[in-house]
Amino acid sequence: MINISNIHKTYVTGNNKLHVLKGINLRVEAGEMISVMGASGSGKSTLLNILGILDNHDHGEYILNGIRIENLNERKAAQLRNKYLGFVFQSFNLVSFKNAMENVALPLYYQSVKRKKRNAIAMEFLERMGLSEWAQHLPNELSGGQKQRIAIARALIAKPKVILADEPTGALDSVTSQEVMDILTDINKKENITMLIVTHEHDIAKRTQKTIRITDGMITETVIN
Amino acid sequence: MFSIDRWQEIYSTIRKNKLRTFLTGFSVAWGIFMLIILLGSGNGLENGVKEEFKGGAMNGIWISSGVTSVQYKGLKTGREIKFTDQDYKLIKNSIKGYDHISARLFLGNVLVSYNTEYGNFFVSPSHPDYGYIKEIQVLKGRFLNQIDIRECRKVAAIGEKVQSLLFKGKDSLAMEKYINIKGVPFKVVGIFRDFGRDDSEQKRIYIPITTAQKVFYGSNVINQISFTTGSATPEEADAMLRKAKMTLSRSHTFSPDDPRAIDIMNKSEGVRRFNALFAGIRLFIWIIGIGTIIAGIVGVSNIMMISVKERTKEIGIRKTLGATPASIIMLIMQEAILITGFAGYIGLVLGVGLLELISKNMPPSDFFRNPEANFAIALGATVLLIIAGGLAGLFPALKAAAIRPIEALREE
Ligand SMILES: Nc1ncnc2c1ncn2[C@@H]1O[C@H](COP(=O)(O)OP(=O)(O)OP(=O)(O)O)[C@@H](O)[C@H]1O
Ligand SMILES: [Mg+2]
Repeated sequence: MINISNIHKTYVTGNNKLHVLKGINLRVEAGEMISVMGASGSGKSTLLNILGILDNHDHGEYILNGIRIENLNERKAAQLRNKYLGFVFQSFNLVSFKNAMENVALPLYYQSVKRKKRNAIAMEFLERMGLSEWAQHLPNELSGGQKQRIAIARALIAKPKVILADEPTGALDSVTSQEVMDILTDINKKENITMLIVTHEHDIAKRTQKTIRITDGMITETVIN
Repeated sequence: MFSIDRWQEIYSTIRKNKLRTFLTGFSVAWGIFMLIILLGSGNGLENGVKEEFKGGAMNGIWISSGVTSVQYKGLKTGREIKFTDQDYKLIKNSIKGYDHISARLFLGNVLVSYNTEYGNFFVSPSHPDYGYIKEIQVLKGRFLNQIDIRECRKVAAIGEKVQSLLFKGKDSLAMEKYINIKGVPFKVVGIFRDFGRDDSEQKRIYIPITTAQKVFYGSNVINQISFTTGSATPEEADAMLRKAKMTLSRSHTFSPDDPRAIDIMNKSEGVRRFNALFAGIRLFIWIIGIGTIIAGIVGVSNIMMISVKERTKEIGIRKTLGATPASIIMLIMQEAILITGFAGYIGLVLGVGLLELISKNMPPSDFFRNPEANFAIALGATVLLIIAGGLAGLFPALKAAAIRPIEALREE
């Protein structure tokens, strides 16, 4: 599903050059659920951004679902993101003035699905998350766990091939974190959606099939859980 | 491109930012309101002055005889120039391009009676063409014709005011009746309307010039020659007038530069000056109006800029979820167009409403009447608004499209 080889990334700010990724090789099969660990600043988010076509890599090869990702224009990148990828963030990133249902429906808006239809689909996904009675609420009326479940519903609604989650439980307490992981593992099993989850917590990483460790821009360890 | 969905998307953001939207819209509404009021007032001014030009063809030239004021070829000043039929024929043959020509006598304000009714009216002996030169409108019967001229018939065309004064308003009464002009009976063959506003134009009676010469003068004298210049350009019209002047100067031996020997009224020149003046005024108004609107656009653009900055995160989320740069540009531009268009429309309606109120309740004066904003202005303003909205939204939209999702989402 994902195949990257020898990926390099350098950030240039003014006169400073920061070589963040120093040749990453990784192969993720369809339906795999992988966790990424590493110290703060080791390049986990950078890797996830490249995989999410939110950022470009400098060297190396990235193939997503058989498509070579290189020098794409923004339009094409946006379409690939919409079609193949779902995102879950630590800070949820919900649109503050849209209610839960509208937030979940947003990816379908960019697929030109009619309003009625996409809201109906969004309701189905909210129901699966056990949040149907919260559909009309704005994000600031919801708890962290509820917000993250809405973000997961939004990531799922366009039926992506891969879900990229950057510290999805980073802002949640341990009970809620386990609940969110329950949902993610359930989706991975039932829908066979490939998942990459960045985390700092061992008990989260333990729940994935495989954990890779990034140290100083390189993959230094791969553990089968 | 203009999907209902996007409008709903825009509507929902506008609804959540009511104050911002109102402030933005207000400056645009004000700009359009001012433009409409200014243009309407300009039109009012123009209509007022135009009224003064009514009652006579816009391309008419009137030449009346006068008294010399310049010595010429050994002849002294103070000589009275007297036109005759000969001059009328000379001019008719020498100038090219006129479409109507007429000679006239100045009989002046004379006593006219019908049975026991009488009054002073301006009797004006002329050729049939004078009806065209003066642009009168025949209401009943006819104006003078060539047979009247040839046979020196005692017929008269009377103004509607003459009719109402002599015949006490019943229009059928006047036709075919004999009125008495300086003791001579003339048959009324037509009633006309004159659009001039002078008393002497309203209370006028036309009779064949040949009849007047025979009955009242016993000679072939005339006082005025007038003609219209047809489709001539201003330069050609000037040339025609020059030619007429030369012809008269030669036949009466006066200096062609003598300002008093003949008296010339050139309406087309007046109209030309008037048009130039009002073109200037209109340009001035548009410049001020557009200036005001530009201030409005800059306001909208600024507020949209701030709004884009506030919405950085939202736009980042949209892009992450699959929004293309084009769709972001359209989102921002359409919001700007919607706000400008809607607010501008309110300004337009208020402006037109105020003008209507003014023209309904203010009596027309010599310099101001019917301040109107016509359809063309409204259409122009609408097009202007859409362009203005587009411009106002363009830079904020480009800024929004350039937002990078990873940076937008990192901001807390
Ligand atoms: N846009 C950028 N410009 C410059 N430097 C950047 C940029 N993004 C990240 N960096 C730097 O690259 C390095 C790797 O950052 P990254 O966010 O990938 O780390 P991370 O492993 O996700 O850390 P954390 O666990 O704290 O989230 C850091 O030193 C960071 O400061
Ligand atoms: Mg990170």
